[in-house]
Amino acid sequence: MSAKLYLYPLWLRVWHAFNALFFLVLLITGISMQYSSPDLPIVPFELAVASHNIAGIGIVIAYVLFLLAMMFSPNKKHYKIQFKGLIGRLTKQIQYYVFGVFKKQEPPFPTTEAMKFNPLQQVTYVAVLFVLFPILAITGIALFFPELIVNNVFGVGGTLLTALLHASAGFVVSMFLFIHLYFATMGATFTSNFKSIVSGFHEAH
Amino acid sequence: MKKLKRSLFLSVFCLAILPYSLLAQQNEKCLSCHGEVFYQYENEWTGQMDKRPMNPFYHVDSTKMHLSVHKSFACIDCHSPEYETFPHSGELRMEEKYACIDCHGGDDDYAKYNFEGIEAEFQESVHYKANDEKFNCWMCHDPHGYQLALRENGPIKDVVSLSNDMCLSCHANKFQYGLLSDDDPKAIEDIHAWLPNQRNHFNKVRCIDCHTKVQDDILVSHKILPKAEALRSCVDCHSANSVLMESLYAHRVEESRAQSGFFNATILNEGYMIGANRNKTLNVVSIVLFGLMIFGLMIHFILRLILLKKK
Ligand code: HEC
Ligand code: HEC
Ligand code: HEC
Ligand code: HEC
Ligand code: HEC
Ligand code: HEC
Ligand code: HEC
Ligand code: HEM
Repeated sequence: MSAKLYLYPLWLRVWHAFNALFFLVLLITGISMQYSSPDLPIVPFELAVASHNIAGIGIVIAYVLFLLAMMFSPNKKHYKIQFKGLIGRLTKQIQYYVFGVFKKQEPPFPTTEAMKFNPLQQVTYVAVLFVLFPILAITGIALFFPELIVNNVFGVGGTLLTALLHASAGFVVSMFLFIHLYFATMGATFTSNFKSIVSGFHEAH
Repeated sequence: MKKLKRSLFLSVFCLAILPYSLLAQQNEKCLSCHGEVFYQYENEWTGQMDKRPMNPFYHVDSTKMHLSVHKSFACIDCHSPEYETFPHSGELRMEEKYACIDCHGGDDDYAKYNFEGIEAEFQESVHYKANDEKFNCWMCHDPHGYQLALRENGPIKDVVSLSNDMCLSCHANKFQYGLLSDDDPKAIEDIHAWLPNQRNHFNKVRCIDCHTKVQDDILVSHKILPKAEALRSCVDCHSANSVLMESLYAHRVEESRAQSGFFNATILNEGYMIGANRNKTLNVVSIVLFGLMIFGLMIHFILRLILLKKK
């Protein structure tokens, strides 16, 4: 058994649990509405609309609290991207995932208290949390209050653009989710990272 | 009936050659009372001008009348010329009113509307069944203001509000409703409390889109169904083959069928409908991307299993 690091403070784990729950609800009901059909209801439409609304409000509140907590927590240091040499570091990490793992090489950026994310993780988390999430939240709120939406943007309906942006961002985040889940299985053991996000302690390789 | 039709034909003929100014003059007399909040008349007994409030239910809005399908009519084309005298004779009250079919029935000019078909459908409706002749076409079609809505191809919002006002003029007005029923009308918002975003829905769909079934030979179906048969299932509208494409959007569909890569693209001109407006290209792209990702992860996973086991 290798050393354990306390990487995920309680507030972070609580946020993450709610976030994951809300997001799963949003994903399932979102797909269900987008592909709604009388023959094949994944979730009954009325229920899907109601749950999507509730989970949407929930995830936005959780997100705002998360941002607040981040401001006052040392955890934010992990999200500060060092742009110098970033490409090189990303390439290294990708090489590791594509070849290195299979040769049982050591990870190029092992998890430490000072740097818990590898560069690839860092960039995707930042992209998802600080680019895609705001897009989803803003377009989602707009769709919730459609009277806020500009009616017509160069001849294309404002609601249509908003809805397209919302669905596309949702699609990209759900791609992230699958990759996120897959890479989470690549910890010390198949399930050790899942235990970490519950207990807070990270098990090193 | 035949006599009636002939005299109608004559009156219509006369109308055609009547200059509008003359028409306006004719109506002005009636509107000097019926178009105003107060009316005045000379009291023959006292010799004074008496001023009285006009009963709001006898008020005729001349602006609305000018926009209506029967704008070229004089009041006395439909009402007895005896109304020119005031006080109106008490017997005029019993005057039988024309029905739409009296003028429009069997006329090729109006064949596209299929008045006969509409009448037959109307007689199957809950309103007619419950009230018989007491419920007639004028109850919905304001004789002094009916405008064509759907056929005019205006913005959907306008089409919807014109059509819905025809129902709400009664279902949201206890004086009108009270002519037929001893109960007060139930509040429309309460009846439809199960429908989310009600205001948006009522701005974008007509009452009849849920309360009638599409009729092939009639543009606007008139058979209001019993409430148990009203459309309630969200996905009947919110899906790729939305029923709205056969009703509210029926005659717009062909115009834009091939136009864009969206399902039910016509709706997009003025709105967006969850479930009904998917983009075909994005659909394919997203499925392909998703498939590739899953495929990549699977390969990685299998390699992990095989290669790491060996070592
Ligand atoms: C001097 C004012 C005045 C003028 C002019 C007038 N009306 Fe009236 N009209 C009334 C009033 C007041 C009533 C309601 C009381 C009544 O029936 O006498 C009424 C009632 C009516 C009614 C409803 C009758 C019923 O009880 O169902 C009709 C229809 C009508 N008028 C048509 C006309 C037409 C058509 C003209 C023009 C040719 C006209 N009126 C000119 C004052 C007027
Ligand atoms: C296209 C035929 C038509 C024309 C034109 C017409 N009316 Fe009427 N009017 C009717 C009918 C039909 C009714 C009875 C409505 C009902 O039973 O609901 C009526 C009813 C009325 C009433 C009774 C109140 C009411 O609304 O029920 C008044 C007052 C009246 N008309 C005045 C006028 C005046 C004034 C004009 C001219 C500006 C006029 N009408 C033009 C068909 C017409
Ligand atoms: C007294 C005869 C008469 C009655 C009653 C009558 N109409 Fe008309 N209607 C006409 C005439 C005449 C025209 C054509 C007017 C014009 O072109 O200016 C017309 C025009 C129309 C139009 C427009 C047709 C077009 O293609 O432009 C519609 C729709 C219509 N009427 C519906 C109705 C309905 C619905 C009713 C009954 C609620 C009704 N009418 C009652 C005589 C009548
Ligand atoms: C319960 C209310 C109601 C009654 C009763 C009613 N209508 Fe309508 N009618 C409507 C509505 C709503 C529309 C849609 C308005 C539009 O699109 O022009 C309409 C539209 C029409 C149109 C225009 C359709 C087209 O093809 O453009 C005609 C014609 C018509 N009605 C005739 C009649 C006749 C004839 C009767 C009586 C037999 C009648 N209506 C009774 C509500 C009613
Ligand atoms: C989205 C579909 C939809 C639309 C749009 C809609 N309705 Fe309904 N309506 C229904 C259904 C479904 C019921 C039956 C509800 C029930 O029984 O609980 C109903 C019931 C009713 C009832 C019967 C109420 C009772 O309990 O006696 C009336 C009256 C009514 N609607 C009028 C209207 C009017 C007027 C409009 C337009 C302003 C309208 N509806 C628009 C779906 C709709
Ligand atoms: C002049 C008044 C009037 C107008 C206009 C009117 N209604 Fe009604 N409606 C009634 C009355 C009154 C009832 C109660 C049943 C009855 O006695 O006809 C009723 C009942 C209903 C019901 C319930 C039927 C049931 O099963 O209990 C529905 C649905 C409905 N109307 C829809 C409509 C729609 C849709 C329109 C417009 C296209 C409309 N109504 C226009 C008076 C009106
Ligand atoms: C008669 C067709 C019809 C039915 C039935 C229907 N809808 Fe809608 N719905 C629409 C239309 C049309 C729009 C608005 C599209 C637009 O903005 O142009 C809409 C919009 C919406 C929206 C987006 C609201 C907004 O404010 O933009 C939601 C959410 C929704 N519907 C949910 C439902 C649910 C849940 C049901 C079933 C209880 C339902 N709808 C039943 C036609 C329908
Ligand atoms: C879209 C929804 C999700 C988002 C945005 C998200 C985001 C994140 C972020 C930002 C972290 C790092 C937290 C930190 O240390 O600061 C993290 C860690 C983690 N998440 Fe998620 N997550 C989501 C859903 C899930 C789900 C559904 C699961 C599995 C049930 C999951 C499992 C994990 C695990 C195991 C970790 C720790 C692994 C690691 O060290 O990277 N996540 N997640």
